Amino acid sequence: MRYLPHTDSEIAEMLAVIGKGSIDELFETIPENVRFKGELAVLPALDEPSLMTHLRELSELNVGAQMLSFLGAGMYDHHLPPAVDQLLLRSEFYTAYTPYQPEVSQGTLQAIFEFQTIVSELYGLPLSNASLYDGASATAEGALMATRLTKRGKVIVSSCVHPDYRGTTRTYLGGRAEQTYLEVPVGADGCADLAAIAAALDEQTAAVVVGYPSFFGGVTDLRPLAELAHSKGALLVATVSEPYALAVLEPPGALGADIAVGEGQPLACPPQLGGPGVGLFACHGDRNYLQQLPGRVCGETVDSRGERGYVLTLSTREQHIRRERATSNICTNQGLLALSLTIRATLLGKSGFVAVAKRCLSKARYLESKLLALPGYAPGFASAPYFNELCIRVRGGSAARVCSALEAERIIGGLDLGRIDPKLSDRLLIAVTEKHRREDLDRLVDALSRFSPG
Amino acid sequence: MGSASEVKDDRKYTKEHEWALSEGEEILVGITAFAVDQLGDVTLVGIDAKVGATLEAHQAFGTIESVKTLSDLFAPVSGVVTRINTALEAQPELINEDPWKKGWMIAIRPTKLAAEQAGLLEASAYKSHLEASAH
Repeated sequence: MRYLPHTDSEIAEMLAVIGKGSIDELFETIPENVRFKGELAVLPALDEPSLMTHLRELSELNVGAQMLSFLGAGMYDHHLPPAVDQLLLRSEFYTAYTPYQPEVSQGTLQAIFEFQTIVSELYGLPLSNASLYDGASATAEGALMATRLTKRGKVIVSSCVHPDYRGTTRTYLGGRAEQTYLEVPVGADGCADLAAIAAALDEQTAAVVVGYPSFFGGVTDLRPLAELAHSKGALLVATVSEPYALAVLEPPGALGADIAVGEGQPLACPPQLGGPGVGLFACHGDRNYLQQLPGRVCGETVDSRGERGYVLTLSTREQHIRRERATSNICTNQGLLALSLTIRATLLGKSGFVAVAKRCLSKARYLESKLLALPGYAPGFASAPYFNELCIRVRGGSAARVCSALEAERIIGGLDLGRIDPKLSDRLLIAVTEKHRREDLDRLVDALSRFSPG
Repeated sequence: MGSASEVKDDRKYTKEHEWALSEGEEILVGITAFAVDQLGDVTLVGIDAKVGATLEAHQAFGTIESVKTLSDLFAPVSGVVTRINTALEAQPELINEDPWKKGWMIAIRPTKLAAEQAGLLEASAYKSHLEASAH
């Protein structure tokens, strides 16, 4: 579908057909007293060279973009080949609205179908939707879906889930009297704490929500958590902020998660200013799950001549059918970013996906060994397997001070965990991707070795 | 399924297009062929009432969702829910295929039938109601 602007003569022609002399006349039914009068507070139009200069000056104010960054914490800076952007520019795809009529949108519908297949394979669960807004809304929707499936109201969320996902889930559940949100602390390894969850779990629990990997980087076996949740009739919801982790980990579905949700940004777009992202959602394929799935699903079918075609098999019931009785507020998807993820994942292929993940894995281990060899730096939590994000206790005990010192050397050292929880203010969360060169890792190590808390 | 205007003589009706069929101690509750025709393909039947729950006449006991819309389901008479047609969970299409029999939704043991009897429509009255609403 193309964007077709109207020329002045076309506008005049349309106005003539309906018998209006001008645009103002078209809107004359809007009462005089509520119309805006005067000039909008917008700067006068710039010519193109001036505009380019202005925009460059604005972008240069974003000094962080030119710094060496180890910031992850839910958004990860992986390589995106220019082919991804180039393909996204195709006019069939590059529109502000996603068309779904099968007669005109086979390309879009097939791309969404492929996207769902990728998400399904990533998460190891057979049913997936055509994307949600981001990891946070996907997590909240996963929790809500579990309450509908179990007809129970209590959701236990481990603090190992990304803090933004927790916040959104708390907000969603907080709006309904019959639902409760209960957060339980992480274990000594910074992962979901089986004992804490067991103590909170009861026959009213709809879901146990955990991070996989943990927000603090560690990876825990989901199987005991799934067994525990299932023993009380609750569902296990696994949240995944970093899809590349699943290239080297068992998919959550294979370990007993009933619903898996998360962020697709690392495979779809740069971290930008923390968004937008693309929410991934997969679950069991049983009919009751299909009935409760938020959002839309594309399906493969055959047309009247028996040829393969794609359609919206499950449209957004929230918008068209349930309306004020909707159980979710998700009526849209992240069409363009879902497509971007599909292109990136397709360009990588299975072996490429694993190869990138292994580079992240080995670079993170190189960095960890160098950091822990420095006096004053120690592991942030008890040892646990991890993928590309590590938590370190810093020299001097203040991650904030370390971060300021690194900024002076044009390095973003990671996330000062004190910003998430004051009790963790001595810890830095450092993310490594395949984009970090060895000299980048050494530059961070060198800066930290010279850091003096003094 | 039969035609949308089909009405069965063996049961009573509400203006909300539910039927109530006496069967021993129980009253089976379902929706009429007309209601099914209006809804289109049924995708989800959500029975919120549990077995043993007490319902008042006209109280909503669940919802029915089709490809077009979502509607409440109302108890035609007051009573205690004795059974729920759990087959509808996996096969909501039974309502389209056979709204009069296999598409029953809940069974109620009525508690105020004597008083409420008069509020229900006979088949002929329901048929007139359908014809009146068609104009």
